[in-house]
Amino acid sequence: MIVTRSTHLQRVALYAAVSAIVLWTLAPFYWMLVSSVSEQRDLFSFPPVWFPRTISFERFWQLLGIGSLGDIDEETARPARLFRSALLNSVIVCGITTIVGLTIGTTAAYAYARLRFSFSRYLMALTVMVHMLPPIATVIPLYILLRKIGLLNQLSGLILVYAALSVTYVVWVMNGYFRTIPRELEDAARIDGCSRMGALFRVVLPIVVPGLIATGILVFITTWNEFLYVLVLVNDPANKTVPAMIAEFSTQDQIKYGMIMTGGIIVSLPPVLLALIFQRRLISGLTAGAIKG
Amino acid sequence: MTSIDLAERAGQTPGAARRPGFTEPNETTLAWLLVLPSLLIILGIKLYPLAYSLWLSGFKVSVLSPVARYVGTDNYVALLTNPNFQASLGRTLYFTVASLVIQMVLGISIALVLNTPFRGRTFVRALVLLPWAVPTVVNAVLWQWIYHPQFGALNGLLNLVGLIDQNVQWLGSPYLAMNMVILADTWKTLPLYVIMFLAALQTVPDELHQAAAVDGAGFWKRFVHVTLPFLKPTMVVVLVLRTMETFRVFDIIFLMTAGGPAGSTTVIGYYAYLEAFRNLNFGAGAAAANIIVFSVALISLAYLRLLRTRAFD
Repeated sequence: MIVTRSTHLQRVALYAAVSAIVLWTLAPFYWMLVSSVSEQRDLFSFPPVWFPRTISFERFWQLLGIGSLGDIDEETARPARLFRSALLNSVIVCGITTIVGLTIGTTAAYAYARLRFSFSRYLMALTVMVHMLPPIATVIPLYILLRKIGLLNQLSGLILVYAALSVTYVVWVMNGYFRTIPRELEDAARIDGCSRMGALFRVVLPIVVPGLIATGILVFITTWNEFLYVLVLVNDPANKTVPAMIAEFSTQDQIKYGMIMTGGIIVSLPPVLLALIFQRRLISGLTAGAIKG
Repeated sequence: MTSIDLAERAGQTPGAARRPGFTEPNETTLAWLLVLPSLLIILGIKLYPLAYSLWLSGFKVSVLSPVARYVGTDNYVALLTNPNFQASLGRTLYFTVASLVIQMVLGISIALVLNTPFRGRTFVRALVLLPWAVPTVVNAVLWQWIYHPQFGALNGLLNLVGLIDQNVQWLGSPYLAMNMVILADTWKTLPLYVIMFLAALQTVPDELHQAAAVDGAGFWKRFVHVTLPFLKPTMVVVLVLRTMETFRVFDIIFLMTAGGPAGSTTVIGYYAYLEAFRNLNFGAGAAAANIIVFSVALISLAYLRLLRTRAFD
């Protein structure tokens, strides 16, 4: 095979472009990691120390409370404790939101996709339109309403708000998945004596499990990363989720970038790992949801 | 179950199937039972607050003066004639247009590169998705650190390659700040464009490219006449999705610049937040938020019309 000059040049250009893309994607990650493990004096030197000679994971242990905390000052220990409680809050809020959203959303999506009832088309359209509402549209009234019923500053109030956020999304996407399943499968199961719900649980749901997983992960990631609602609706440091906590640390007078980058890595790990592991499913979920809308 | 039973069932319409001892609610009742929880949540946490926000925007209401005073459309008039609000509207438009243009061009380019076969392509495609999963808050503080005027990596890098000899205040100068926020936002949002366009590129038939190549069409000609028509529907979808996000941008502004310096990054999302939660002026804040909702709805409708009339010609 004769490699012509032009195809050779094209290969070089292609690999140059790929390298640029990889560099652009990874460089900020690399800098976040380096900043979290660098010594304080390397961190605050110019020109920056690109490849630190000594690295230490001390900040990770301090933030996560692993090992002896005796040698850290109260100035570091307090934010570290708050960070850990925020981490726990995030897990609770996102876990419950994902489960509630998936349950309520999937049953509704099934009804819209399969059952005949009046207004079903309008209600489905309404659900999708509500999903498009920007959060800023409801954050002011929700602040006033939650304050009235005493759910301001509470995890339960936050979960309620996030449930609405996730339900509309789940209805929208799962409706699309249900529509791809041939009706005949259900009809066959019902002729064999299954009730409608029996057919849903035994025949239809097992088929849409990949869709459920993708949708659940997207809900989890979205909730995990949500910022505006928690900023406005939760003021009590003990009930904040991690994004709000990181924001609080970053607006303090003396910003400890090393600690913030460490926190940033810890917070980014769950969504980034999920994205990496379930990449294929997420991509099909993202593109399907967008194009079917 | 007897065979007579089965035969009987088989003759019935599927909707009439019954299990002995258990009467299933009819289709309509079941449907309402299934959708009811979701409707209650939508009603209570989305529609009622939305109506409340419309009501609020017609009143002078704040924490300081708990008695709401009806002012009609005064809040809207006051906002739309306020030079500060007009400026924030302009900044929002700039943020939206600049973000979309840069990200659309980069997104399609990267998708084209990643659609070409090369060694390690699967790995690179997986890699490219990752910034999308990083929380906005983390993205904001990370880039704030990269842009740090004294110790930042960007200044360090540009110094290293000799492009600057004096450190730049990336977020400290009114002209630069907005563009630097857009760059930071681009890092996180670009993956969405890339995966959407990669999916769209799969719909382009290979034969068309080969035919065009045989006809002697160069890379650019093939892109414009063969590839681009297949990307158009996705472009409109991405435009709608991203306009809705950029028009209401808040998180990254709040964290990176807090609207500054000198208000140069105060977009309407941030303006509404300040009005409601700093100035504690809920009526005006709600009015500003509603203007965002109207604008986004109008822009989305315009795009969708465009999709119907032009994209498929």
